[in-house]
Order: sequence, then C-alpha cells, then structure tokens
Amino acid sequence: MPRTVEFPFLVDNTLPTFPNSGVKIGVVTFPGTLDDRDAARAARIAGAEVVPLWHADDSLQDVDAVIIPGGFSYGDYLRAGAISRFAPMMDKIVDAANSDAKLPVLGICNGFQILTESHLLPGSMIKNDHLHFICRDQQLKVENVNTRWTGLYEQDQVITIPLKNQDGQYVADAKTLDALEAEGRVVFRYEGLNPNGSRNNIAGITNEAGNVVGLMPHPEHAVEKGFGPDHTGTDGIYFFTSVIKHLLEASK
Amino acid sequence: MPRIVVDVMPKPEILDPQGKAIVGALPRLGFTAFSGVRQGKRFELTVDGKVTEEILAQAREAAATMLSNPVIEDVVAVTVVADAE
Repeated sequence: MPRTVEFPFLVDNTLPTFPNSGVKIGVVTFPGTLDDRDAARAARIAGAEVVPLWHADDSLQDVDAVIIPGGFSYGDYLRAGAISRFAPMMDKIVDAANSDAKLPVLGICNGFQILTESHLLPGSMIKNDHLHFICRDQQLKVENVNTRWTGLYEQDQVITIPLKNQDGQYVADAKTLDALEAEGRVVFRYEGLNPNGSRNNIAGITNEAGNVVGLMPHPEHAVEKGFGPDHTGTDGIYFFTSVIKHLLEASK
Repeated sequence: MPRIVVDVMPKPEILDPQGKAIVGALPRLGFTAFSGVRQGKRFELTVDGKVTEEILAQAREAAATMLSNPVIEDVVAVTVVADAE
C-alpha cells in the first residue's frame, strides 16, 4: 500500500489515551474494505501501534488485538461478509479468538457481518426494514462494560457515533435472542428510534468470553474533534483505549 | 454441459424487506392478484462432464455452508438440470 502523508491528529488532550503503549493492533483489509484507514487512525490516536493485515495472508504478526473494519468486502456479493469469512486471515482470527489467549476482536459494520458469518457471533444482518441506506449520528446505550472493548464506558452510558449501512437489521431466532439477553451479551442498544428494525433494538453484541465484539455503528469515525458527530463528538475513542488498557493490565 | 441448480429462500419467519417492497409496487402496474412476494436466490453451478453422486454431494455442502446462511435462509432445492440441446 502506498504510504501517503497523513493529516495531523486533532487529538483532544482531555481524552485519556495511552501514548506509545506498545500495544499492537492489527487492522484487516479485504478487497472492498473502506474504513481500514480510519480504524487504524483511531487505534493510533488511542496509543496503539497499528499492523496492517491483508486478508489473503495467514500470519497475525503477533498482534495483541484485531479490528475488522467496515466497508463492502467482496462488494457484499452473495451476502454481506459471506465470502470474506473464507479468507485465510479469518481462519487465523477465528482460531485466535477461540484460543485460551482469547484474542480481542472488534468487528465494525461489515466487520460485524463478517463475524456473524464466521460464527464468532450469533445471528445475522439483513437489509434495513425500510430498504434505504442510512447515514446518521446514532445514539446508543452501552449495556455491557465488561468486554475488552468497552471497559472505559460507564454502565448505561448513552453515546453518539455514526451509523451508515444498508444491511443493518440484526436478526436471530427467539432462542438466541433470549440467550443474549439473559447472559448480558447485548453490548449496545439503539437509543430512541430503532433505525433499521433490528430485533430488540440490538446494535452490538459480544461472545461469551467478552473478547469478541461486533456492532453496526462506527466508533472509529468519532475519535477526533472536527470529524465526529456535530463536529465535536469523540465518544468512539473509548473502544480503542479500553482494549489498550485491558492489554496493558493483562501483561503486568 | 449439465448444471446443478441451488434455490435459496429467506426463512419463513424472517421478514423479507425486498419482497415487501415488490408486493407494494405490483398493484401500481395493475397486478392486483398477489398478496405476498418473497425474493430468493437461484445459483447455477456448471459441471464439466457428468454429475456424479460425489459432485452432487459437494453441491449440497456448498449450498449449506456458503451459498446460504442457515440463520436467515433455507436451501429449498438442489436439482440437476441436463444440458438442453
């Protein structure tokens, strides 16, 4: 990938980040991925070293965590995330996420769709109930702060980050939904209007161990003043600082 | 060359937003006899040579693991279509 000059970080110094933490976060790129650069930028702002991971490679390069970013991998052909699931890099990520080491994995938007197709997370996404592409600043309630990616949020905190997709309606059978609710695995719920018909207003979920989190909205687009919701919102940064904090504490 | 046709439909309990949009549009063209539409997918797998039991089994496995997602879809048919001369 050609190295281009990056716009200087507009870091809000009041946000607690972990400069030069030494934590390595891998960001996966598939053909059709859009948000890998923003995800990498968010991880760097939070204090991580970013390792680009190419879908066709099969080495995780000793990363401490992985982000599967948004976009339209393989043009969403077949089903969103359906073809990406079979990439060599996904095999490695699935194994590492299920291993004793419990590699932290965050799937955003198309990344969430890939995680459900990979069976790391239950359920699936179908077209928004109104069939329109949606792009808006979305309020979410954080309902589980015990995952690797949400430890720095307050329980039931309401945050605002962008939502932009066409296939965002979360569906699962009643048994799966009951289990997710009973086990507290709904991490984010749409607050106010349900934007896409998702069951139980679900915006994001986690696996049993809390290391794998997937959500449709985009925290990586809300980490810098000037770019996030209302040009000031930075609610998304805590995803990235939360995982760094967890990894620093775990390595002590 | 023979083809194996795989038909995939959204599960009955899953709302099909595309089918809903189509059923809403049909009356505008005067097609008033249809009270529901569900939209599925048809895959045609071309086989070089004869369709053996083993190849058919491969098609069934591909249908179940990749061509459909069992959370939201059912494979409703895997059929062999002979070459039409």
